[in-house]
Amino acid sequence: MTMTDVDLPTAVSQKFPSATARPSLDCPAFNISAGEAITALQFLRDEHGYDFLMDLTAVDWSAEKSPRFTVVWHLYSSTKHNYMRLAADCANDAEPAMPTSTGLWAGADWHEREAFDMFGINFTGHPDLRRILMWDGYPYHPLRKEFPLAGLPADFHDPEVSAETKTGLISAPMAGGPFVATPGEPMSDAEPRAKDEAWNEQREKPE
Amino acid sequence: MATDFSFPDTAAKAAAMPKEFEPEKMSLSMGPSHPSTHGVLRIQFELDGEVVTKADPVLGYLHRGDEKIAENMTYNQFVPYTDRLDYLAPLANNMAYAIAVERLANLQVPPRCQAIRVLTAEMARVSAHLMGLGAFGIDVGAWSVFMYCFEEREKLYTLFEELTGARFTTSYARIGGLSRDVPEGWTKKVEAFCDQFLPILDEILGMLTRNKIFLDRTVDVGIISRADAISYGLTGPNLRGSGVNTDLRKDRPYSGYEQYEFDVPVGSKGDCYDRYLCRGEEMKQSVRIIRQVIKNFPGGDWYAKDARKIFAPPKDKILTSMEELINNFMIVTEGPQMPAGEVYFEAENPKGVLGFYIVSKGGGVPWRLKIRSPSFCNLSILPKLCVGNMVSDVVSILGSLDFVMGECDR
Repeated sequence: MTMTDVDLPTAVSQKFPSATARPSLDCPAFNISAGEAITALQFLRDEHGYDFLMDLTAVDWSAEKSPRFTVVWHLYSSTKHNYMRLAADCANDAEPAMPTSTGLWAGADWHEREAFDMFGINFTGHPDLRRILMWDGYPYHPLRKEFPLAGLPADFHDPEVSAETKTGLISAPMAGGPFVATPGEPMSDAEPRAKDEAWNEQREKPE
Repeated sequence: MATDFSFPDTAAKAAAMPKEFEPEKMSLSMGPSHPSTHGVLRIQFELDGEVVTKADPVLGYLHRGDEKIAENMTYNQFVPYTDRLDYLAPLANNMAYAIAVERLANLQVPPRCQAIRVLTAEMARVSAHLMGLGAFGIDVGAWSVFMYCFEEREKLYTLFEELTGARFTTSYARIGGLSRDVPEGWTKKVEAFCDQFLPILDEILGMLTRNKIFLDRTVDVGIISRADAISYGLTGPNLRGSGVNTDLRKDRPYSGYEQYEFDVPVGSKGDCYDRYLCRGEEMKQSVRIIRQVIKNFPGGDWYAKDARKIFAPPKDKILTSMEELINNFMIVTEGPQMPAGEVYFEAENPKGVLGFYIVSKGGGVPWRLKIRSPSFCNLSILPKLCVGNMVSDVVSILGSLDFVMGECDR
């Protein structure tokens, strides 16, 4: 159904022996070390025609996992009409870092700012690494797994507003939610319901 | 800030000037509620007189945390949130999201479903471009264009309402199908719309294409070079306006686009005027696609019948069969069951390429869902593009980029 670049895996493994194939349901995908990521991206752009950086993002595999953060690049070739995915784990779980790709694509600037904002990944060498969707001075990285859906209390972006209103940001009233199934739980827990009152086969009903 | 935003000519001029005449830089905040910022974009300018020497877009005023929300609900529950990305073309977003999840599930939908999706996506493209064109017209002072565009757009919205029950937030697609089949006689009405629309479209474009004021405001303004367009990840008419012939409907056809004949308009210079011309022509091509879909409208199923763990069974079966009732209950509560894995799918939306990167660990809820929104990438060129232009030209540039903050801020 979909076209893929059949020669790419051999070319990548020849050039970067440490790169491994990454499980993927669609385009060719590779894991690469953080140190080699930029060289690999440049190699793919200049020698294999992957001229578009379509997307740059990160995945948080939860606080229990190590390596915890993975940065993912999606490249597109406007001549071969193919996609490819490159992923690199951040070595340090507490202070994740990744070299910047702004030198290769100007468009990486905002993508990296977003990944920094949402996950706290420090893109070393980025010319202007500031938050982009949240405001400067916001204390959390919202797409990290431990950050709750309802949000956390924080100060307003402007101290003047906080002083005037004498209040800050509050968590969203979730009324026991989110009402969503959790895969892998016992059946009665997987059901959408007020999770803070959940009791099941393993937990006693609260008095 | 490390980036050098200084405009070469301005710097040279300033250096040649005697010290006492050295102009002071002024800072100007445009937006978040400025008529030409089309929503809640804010740009922090540094001005030298009326010339922009530095532009810093401030985003996030419409950030709702859609990606966080997606991690906390089932795949089907997220469909209404896709309406609110590019809220001027919800039908196209619905389709892009549904196909992304179907790629994850390795699910094929029947030809009728594909055809309906293409039909609605192209109608959404026409309505989105009408809105973009109308707003662009207002930005450069052509009010009447807006009124003409909105009249046509309203007709489309009436058709959307008949199809989906909602004018704006359609939530039409489902994983593995649609929320309903097309109503009896609806395609005839779409055809009738197309027949009357083309002459009116020519009239609308005729008001701008050779209009002296419009030409003065757009020709040679905001030129984006081919290399810049690629480097900044521009997509859609903004990329094609710069002469890059890339359209995913042609290059990587999805949902049966390979069956339809259409041309991809490409600009030559990459200025605001080229981007306008591309959008105008795209509407005509969309009408061409719509006519072909209706002419060869396939019969048969409108949802994937074999996707029993994904697509909820029809209501009459739920009410009469115990097994179907249980199945429906499981799909609603636990979500459509997906395999573990990663997919990335992009669709050619009116504003550009809308991508969904889904990381699944199995089950009915995504582990991570990243939305690659075209407006976000298209706007990332602003710090470079605005510099050296007058503030009034920035208004033209913003109008010609045709962005939506709903998908930019997510």
